[in-house]
Amino acid sequence: MAINITDYFRPETATTKEINLSYEQVEQLGNDLDELRARIVADLGESDREYLYTIIRAQRKLEFAGRAMMYVPFIPPIWLAGVASLGVAKILDNMEIGHNVMHGQFDWMREDTYNSREFDWDTVCPGEQWKHSHNYMHHTYTNILGEDRDIGYGILRMARDQKWNPYFLGNLGYATALMLLFEWGVMLHDLEAENLIQGKRKWSDIKGLVKGMWRKASKQVAKDYIIWPALTGPFFVTTLIGNAGANLIRNVWTYSIIFCGHFPSGTQTFTAEECQDETKGQWYVRQMLGSANIYGSDLFHIMSGNLSHQIEHHLFPDVPANRYPEMAPEVEAICEKYGLPYNTGSLRQQLGSTWKKIAKLSLPNWMTRDDNDIVVNIERTPAVENAA
Amino acid sequence: MAHTLARLVESIVEATATPYPVDRYLELIDPMITWRDTRAKITEVRRQTDRSVTLVLKPTRQWKGHGAGQYVEVSVVVDGVRHRRFFSPAGAAQNTDALELTVTAHSGGFVSRYLRENARPGMVLGLSAASGEFSLPAQRPARTVLVSGGSGITPVLSMLRTLVAEGHRSPITFVHYARTPEDVPYRAELDALDRTFDHIDVQFHYTRTENAEHFAPAHLDGLADADGAQVFLCGPGTLMSAVKEYADERGLSDRVFSEAFTIDTSPVLDPNEPITGDITYTKSDVTTPNDGRTLLEQAEAAGLDPEYGCRMGICFSCTKVRTSGCTRNILTGELDSEPGQHIQICVSAPVGDVEIEV
Repeated sequence: MAINITDYFRPETATTKEINLSYEQVEQLGNDLDELRARIVADLGESDREYLYTIIRAQRKLEFAGRAMMYVPFIPPIWLAGVASLGVAKILDNMEIGHNVMHGQFDWMREDTYNSREFDWDTVCPGEQWKHSHNYMHHTYTNILGEDRDIGYGILRMARDQKWNPYFLGNLGYATALMLLFEWGVMLHDLEAENLIQGKRKWSDIKGLVKGMWRKASKQVAKDYIIWPALTGPFFVTTLIGNAGANLIRNVWTYSIIFCGHFPSGTQTFTAEECQDETKGQWYVRQMLGSANIYGSDLFHIMSGNLSHQIEHHLFPDVPANRYPEMAPEVEAICEKYGLPYNTGSLRQQLGSTWKKIAKLSLPNWMTRDDNDIVVNIERTPAVENAA
Repeated sequence: MAHTLARLVESIVEATATPYPVDRYLELIDPMITWRDTRAKITEVRRQTDRSVTLVLKPTRQWKGHGAGQYVEVSVVVDGVRHRRFFSPAGAAQNTDALELTVTAHSGGFVSRYLRENARPGMVLGLSAASGEFSLPAQRPARTVLVSGGSGITPVLSMLRTLVAEGHRSPITFVHYARTPEDVPYRAELDALDRTFDHIDVQFHYTRTENAEHFAPAHLDGLADADGAQVFLCGPGTLMSAVKEYADERGLSDRVFSEAFTIDTSPVLDPNEPITGDITYTKSDVTTPNDGRTLLEQAEAAGLDPEYGCRMGICFSCTKVRTSGCTRNILTGELDSEPGQHIQICVSAPVGDVEIEV
């Protein structure tokens, strides 16, 4: 057996700050968050419905405008505006509408389409499969190594505790490819391809998934790369390129926002043992420490599907996202009350530290520094039990 | 050829909108332009009595009309939430261009009260196709007896109007029970029919006047038991059981056709009371006594295997339809008993009898 030199040489940061939370403090924090949630949920109504429909109307207008402008490729600025318009429409569809509706955020409206059971979005990934890999796997096991498959999506090394091997020297390249082809990456996510290759998953297990992907992706491909181009007649090729461009814009943007949610410096990962038999309060703390926000304008928040409020989203995944901005200062105040970090930064900062992390983690740990400067220790059992 | 072409156009239009139904685009232009959905616009609002509202609706082209006595599901958005209720159209079956509903605002009726207070021309409601077994037989009865109480008047009025419109000439008796004369919608029309046609007889009984009259056998003697008579009955539970008991005694049960209407109030149960009731898993055809745990845990204990994910109310994998009964959300303590609601069974505990589609 080889000596594990990674741990041996692992450099400690000089500035590491430890925060200790007692069992009771964590439970109290849980109550504070429950109370905030109850207050917002009790207030949901017509204005939230109107908000969703306003976004949907804007999305439809942008989509219509984008498709219409594809008919004038001979005036390049208009054609380019069309590509941009369609790209923005797809971003709105995936982020502020699809992601949020499929989380069940608008189930209370009891609408036929805009609920978590029926809704499917404008990407190649079937909503049904995404709800499994995202709503269930990622949101339940957030940042638990070995369980949350969003840590690296099975292809990237995104945490120091993930074992290094030479494959990860390509980390930056894989991340770039994932960014460009993001919708396809999201589609394949539920397959757990690396488990298939390693034989942990049988091909027969994925037959249903592949069928679903084929059904959904073929319709999406037909729409963007055959039907709409054909409907522009002589401009088939330019429309096809335009539609591909719109999908690419959406891919780069959604990837960027999503990677800023859990990977900037300061976000923590957890082990399965730590998280066993978690209380609601402990679950909340894990969500807070594992997520990061991005600050920006109202428009920026809408374009990011309010995933710029990733912390609020992870605490309250089924609360309508348009409520996150008003919840954010209260969540931050609760963090402050318990001395916890509230990880937020500009898009440039968060994106910069995410790419830096991807680059650093392509190398083995002994070659790089651990720059997480805060460690939060949570007391997992009540004091009485500890004494006994 | 034309048909094939139409089908081709249809599939191209739907492919351009995928994954959304075309109606999700059209409704943003005008909710009355629909590709597949049925909707209806209110064209007229009349308040005939203190507690009711009569709506005349213009349905979209998908509407196929109703059979006299059938019901439709109507949906309306109140404070952001879409509520669905069943109502029986009151109009003649021959009138397929318009749909007439008379809604009685019961004291606990959330939707009926909302419509009574807020319905106005121009409002668009969701509409289902008509359904229901309670209807006139294709071979019209030799003698028709229509019995109704309160808001149960609408399906039998539809039957009466349908018979009148088709020039049906055999005897019809219309017996209606209401609190007071002022509580009878369509009273003028019914009086006029009574006066105009010899074969139509309209009788009113009032239950909250000085000489209060509840159902008595004398009201139907000589009518329900006459040769070839068929009785169509719709009204509150007390009237229905009184008439059915009467029919049983006279051996007339096979001639009585009825439909119960329920008032849309939710019984509020006290979750602090001792645990009672049975859980019925309707899809699995299993019933077990309620032990107070969540529906997911109890289903598993009963040997069933419903889909689930997080088991803490966040991922919505375990959402199922609660057909009837009351459940308590264990995270919020909130009670809900509206029939047909989707609930997360991992965080819903049954209170009393519950039927769930598992």
